[in-house]
Amino acid sequence: MFPFILQDENSGEQKKSNVFSDAWFSYRMRWKRRRLLLRSLRRRRELNRLSVHGIPEVGVLVFATMRNEMMRIEHWLEHYRALGVAHFLIVDNASDDGTADYLAKQSDVSVWVTPNSYKDSRFGVDWLTCLQIKYGAGRWCLTVDADELLVYPDSDTSGLDALTQHLDANGHDAFGALMLDMYPKGPVAQAQYSAGDDPIQTVSWFDADNYRAKLHPVFGNLWIQGGVRDRVFFGSQPERSPTLNKTPLVKWRKGYAYVTSTHQILPRRLNDVFDLGERAKVSGVLLHTKFLPNIGEKSAEELERGQHFENSDLYQPYYGALVDDPDLWFEKSVKYEDTTQLETLGLMTRGTWG
Amino acid sequence: MSVGVVMLVHNAFDRAEQVVRHWSAGGCPVVIHVDKNVKRAAYDDFVRSLADVPDVLFSKRHRCEWGTWGIVAASQSASSMMLAKFPDVRHVYLASGSCLPLRPIKDLQAYLAKRPRTDFIESATTADVPWTQGGLDFERFTLRFPFSWRKNRLLFDRYVEFQRRFKMYRRVPEGIVPHMGSQWWCLTRQTLSAILEDPDRKVYDTYFRRVWIPDESYFQTLVRLYSQSIESRSLTLSKFDYQGKPHIFYDDHLQLLRRSDCFVARKIWPEANELYDNFLNEENPLKGAEPNPGKIDRIFSKAVERRTRGRAGLFMQSRLPRPGHENGFTSSPYSVFEGFSELFEDFEPWLARMTGTRVHGHLYAKEGVEFEGRQTTFSGALCDNAKLRDHHAQLFLVNLIWNTRGERQCFQFGPNDSQHVSWDLAKDPNAQISVISGAWAIPLFQSNRNFSDIRADAAELQRLESEHLNALRSPWAKARIRIWTLADFIETPMEALQTVLDEMGAKNLRRVTEAPKMVDLSGFGQFLQNLKNQGMHPYLMGDFPTDNVPVNERPTRRKPYLVR
Repeated sequence: MFPFILQDENSGEQKKSNVFSDAWFSYRMRWKRRRLLLRSLRRRRELNRLSVHGIPEVGVLVFATMRNEMMRIEHWLEHYRALGVAHFLIVDNASDDGTADYLAKQSDVSVWVTPNSYKDSRFGVDWLTCLQIKYGAGRWCLTVDADELLVYPDSDTSGLDALTQHLDANGHDAFGALMLDMYPKGPVAQAQYSAGDDPIQTVSWFDADNYRAKLHPVFGNLWIQGGVRDRVFFGSQPERSPTLNKTPLVKWRKGYAYVTSTHQILPRRLNDVFDLGERAKVSGVLLHTKFLPNIGEKSAEELERGQHFENSDLYQPYYGALVDDPDLWFEKSVKYEDTTQLETLGLMTRGTWG
Repeated sequence: MSVGVVMLVHNAFDRAEQVVRHWSAGGCPVVIHVDKNVKRAAYDDFVRSLADVPDVLFSKRHRCEWGTWGIVAASQSASSMMLAKFPDVRHVYLASGSCLPLRPIKDLQAYLAKRPRTDFIESATTADVPWTQGGLDFERFTLRFPFSWRKNRLLFDRYVEFQRRFKMYRRVPEGIVPHMGSQWWCLTRQTLSAILEDPDRKVYDTYFRRVWIPDESYFQTLVRLYSQSIESRSLTLSKFDYQGKPHIFYDDHLQLLRRSDCFVARKIWPEANELYDNFLNEENPLKGAEPNPGKIDRIFSKAVERRTRGRAGLFMQSRLPRPGHENGFTSSPYSVFEGFSELFEDFEPWLARMTGTRVHGHLYAKEGVEFEGRQTTFSGALCDNAKLRDHHAQLFLVNLIWNTRGERQCFQFGPNDSQHVSWDLAKDPNAQISVISGAWAIPLFQSNRNFSDIRADAAELQRLESEHLNALRSPWAKARIRIWTLADFIETPMEALQTVLDEMGAKNLRRVTEAPKMVDLSGFGQFLQNLKNQGMHPYLMGDFPTDNVPVNERPTRRKPYLVR
């Protein structure tokens, strides 16, 4: 009937909603949020400060958890510096390739290190929540991974300060972005890339439009799946295919909590980064540079550690396929040019921005 | 010294200072009003920073909140000061701290010197313009607004409702007709002083103090009493988005602003270094006789249209339209053929030849997507995996049509396919659906299977197709739909095909000369009869002629001659 399944398909009948059930649902969600916060709070001692520089009073803060990212880190910092980020707050999870030391040398980066389990800390979210409560309250916080580069309409000319000012002026306190899986032409491991290069020069291809979305029945976010991983690896179990919607940029307040990665956030109103009417809100794209040549080694390591997914066993075949050095490219793949291209393709829109 | 500038400032003081210096260098005296909400220290710094600039004065400070009287009071006291302290000033230009002069000040002075009696102020009656956002049109002049809209939204709304219910309307003072318009004006000394020194000013002030957003109506209304010649437009270029918020100009609007030939633009993003560097540089080549905001208007109205309506057929991360608000489920027209590929042996290549469109097989086939030429992946990286498709069957179609914008898509559909999109096709105005009902029986007829299996399949397919036809015939169906029964269709197949192709509106379509090859239907009537004989009545084919019915013909006997 309608392209977006608003209710859970399996429940059959329409979910009955009335004042009481709504209130009860909100109450449960509130407790869920509190549980998440408590959980993060318990983990605050796992973080050890390595170097904390003066954090500026204004400007956008970037929060990230990373492990062994020497390949990407240099360009990643450059990319966000160019967007006018005020400061980086990074949790290093037991890197052994010198990532932590490299970061500690940067004057606009504060680093915390932890040897604890990534999985137990809800894939780094608990640690970041601690930092966000302490440093992020009242300001715009961008939570991204080391393999995600944020772009949005006109991002090469207008920095994040301009964007957040626009969001403030329009009463938005969150900003949504689509994760766009980028991949190289030819077998992944044979692509040319050396540390510090712009990864988009290597992994410059993407799937233009095979994304499907529905409304998440619990959190009310837009649940987007699709892209190259869906096409190549998850054909037989589409419901397990990776989630691609993210809400990375949020005007943080104490009490906010990401649920799984930055896909969902509580309170639920922050997930409202899309328009249910005829309009469109401003949105961006996170260029996902996961498929750099070292993905094979990384996947083999992840298989070993079993730290990356809730049900790691279920994703064995996926990691196995990645170790086997697949070729993700096909003749209809699109090469990344600039933000205007993404806008024309309909992967992001500018809404009232700019 | 013909033009004086009254500037209202509340933030971004470094930019304001830059612009004040620019005005002053161009020979314009400036009177600055700083919002009283600004901290004393910041204000003092600002005053100090401008101490060396001649002809710059600071007026009495008022507390300015959006939509309230403060802004008018500020303009009043600053303008009075301007008129009193600079007797040479002929025109007073009201600007804000985030206004940026686009053309050399000399141009503006020359322009105004040529029009010494003209007041530039946008001023229109409320009944005639659709500018207002949020439902308060004429009521902004007849209700009272003591509560802040920003801080006490609830009280504001409740009090408006209360006044409406009890019909507590105010009377507009005699002699004036409420007008509204952009708050950025440029008035002559004569008009402005007449307004400020009006003996009834107290009455008007008292009245406008409780009007909603008086800065857009106070001067706009009173100017009608005194002006000799009103040019109802603002010299300041300012754009509003569909929510009525001022549009902010960034560095990338440089070329756009250049082309506008306007004197002043607002609002400029304080960090837009390129804009400030370019336009505050006297060398800048912008020259044009008459301001031409029309150029910008056209570009903006297009953008606003797209923003309010979204792009048709685009479903994406920041756009999830509710049913009925899609502004188009799909982005462009496409054609669906049901039963044609069953009836004709080479229908797909024939259709592609005749129309030059992209012709797919059964996109929703249960075994896998049949893209044109049976490719495994299609534009936009859609792949032929049936599971992925059925995980969100509607968006599969939306994506396919969106990915191939500019090229018409045709595909086959039928009761053998997964039926998730049945209703969406029927409701989509972009769909052109041509159905030969009952054609699904032909493959069964040709198959080499046990009759009991065929009978079971036929029953199921007939049920599915009739459900689909119900959707097509329902009052909600918006597609262009043509349905033939198989029997009707084979009576005049060429005529029917011609109609369908004509409707597709394919360019330079010739008369259909070459017909697709129809499958051999001899014995089909009997096949249907056999189904009926088994108790399964196939009715969707229409009254198919049972051609060679085996009847027990009697041997013809010669008529007997009658012999009398």
